[in-house]
Amino acid sequence: MLSVNQLNVYYGDSHVLRNLDLELAPAESLAIMGRNGMGKTTLLKSLVGMLPARSGSIRLAGQELTTGKSYERVAAGIGFVPQGRMIFPYLTVEENILTGMQGAPVAPIPDYIYEYFPVLFEMRGRKGGNLSGGQQQQLAIARALVSNPKVLILDEPTEGIQPSIIKDIARALNLLKKERGFSLIVSEQVLSFAMAVADRYLIIEKGEFVHSEVRETVDRERILRYLTI
Amino acid sequence: MTFDILVMQIFSGFSLFSVLVLMALGLTIVFGLMGVINMAHGELMAMGSYMTYVTSVVFQRYFPDHMGWYFIIGIGVAFVVTFAFGFLLERCFIRFMYKRPLDTLLATWGLSLVLQQLFRQVFGPKEVTVPTVQWLQGAWKISEGLELPLNRIFIIGLTLVIAAAVFLFLYRSRWGLRIRAVTQNRAMAGAAGINTARVDAVTFALGCGLAGIAGSSFTMLASTGPVSGQQYLVDTFIVVVFGGVESLLGTFLSAFAIGQTQISLEYLTTGSMAKAITLLVVIVLLFLRPNGLFAAKVRR
Repeated sequence: MLSVNQLNVYYGDSHVLRNLDLELAPAESLAIMGRNGMGKTTLLKSLVGMLPARSGSIRLAGQELTTGKSYERVAAGIGFVPQGRMIFPYLTVEENILTGMQGAPVAPIPDYIYEYFPVLFEMRGRKGGNLSGGQQQQLAIARALVSNPKVLILDEPTEGIQPSIIKDIARALNLLKKERGFSLIVSEQVLSFAMAVADRYLIIEKGEFVHSEVRETVDRERILRYLTI
Repeated sequence: MTFDILVMQIFSGFSLFSVLVLMALGLTIVFGLMGVINMAHGELMAMGSYMTYVTSVVFQRYFPDHMGWYFIIGIGVAFVVTFAFGFLLERCFIRFMYKRPLDTLLATWGLSLVLQQLFRQVFGPKEVTVPTVQWLQGAWKISEGLELPLNRIFIIGLTLVIAAAVFLFLYRSRWGLRIRAVTQNRAMAGAAGINTARVDAVTFALGCGLAGIAGSSFTMLASTGPVSGQQYLVDTFIVVVFGGVESLLGTFLSAFAIGQTQISLEYLTTGSMAKAITLLVVIVLLFLRPNGLFAAKVRR
């Protein structure tokens, strides 16, 4: 459904992604793993249009996205949860969620959001900047979900979040995925979280995919070797 | 000090407050929300004044029977023209300089000079005045020694209406939400699905349109010349910075504080002394609270 062909992305002058190919099937969950500075964030940012691609193509359900602006890609079906969460600090929790809803100008926030993330309902009047890291992560996911994405992209969602909340988020993501039928791309360094949400694992090193595993036959030791120095 | 004088003083303070708020509302959006230092903001006010003048001339010539309406129409014309001008300005000029504040400052200052010369070419170097409409002439006579001029009452009322409209637009509408999201984090707003380029243009245009409305209402208080805008600009920036950028309420209270202080000091000392003392107080307070009176308290 999502297909990336021969993607080259530069970060300033440095060539970060080199001729990258990626195929994602509908309802598939993919974890992109690798150490810092290997290109995980660059890849995900270039998918949502926060970084321009130098060459190559990105297509979603047959629609060409390569040169589209971020908002056009979101409208086409990409949902993005950035690294560091990037909550709008001065907007309330409710307003933060509403920023993700472009299609329906006056529609209320759908009920399922608060069912899966009850803490957001409790905090709905608080400023986004005053939430804890775990709450902000859930808020960032909610904000991406309300645009009804075909592919939900999460960039290092476990960074700086306590283990119990990580488990909650993994559980919520798995249920939501089943219920709403989107595919998932998650970049991750925490193997347990990746194992909990993804069916396929790609290792990225120096801007290229160097290894691939699927859940049924996964070799944890081998992935761990790629993640540790 | 008699009761009458006290009431007059407070009323004058309110009057200055409303003028300051009108001036500052547009800049709160352009500078406070978007972070664009627009040195041509004063000229946009002057543009609003001139548009009201043009409307008055058109009415005098073609609809002399409906002169009573010209001022209301003039405010509308001023808003529409400055809004459209602001929209074009953002699309062709400002958007290329969002991350370069110093360049923006210089470029918009240049623009302000260009606009001043343009006003001089089109309307002449002499100041122009508009006729005061009949229903704004005279004063509301409360008692023998107490009279409140109608045009000032009108400006106070207009300010409250405009401020309420801006507040509702920014904080209760979906467009306002988009504006606030984009101004807080442009890249993320795009990744949340917001068309940031369009929001930027509309936000900037709205700030310019508000400057136009301010300029339009100032025609009732003073005549308009090519350099009128410059006189407004400094006061406007002081109000916005003192209130705390990013805060509409702060702008309001800062205008109120500055207005009342200035008027009471004018009564006690002289006009220029009052201004100097007010500025000194502002400087000292900004020294103690660098983010202005009302900086929002959240984790960034």
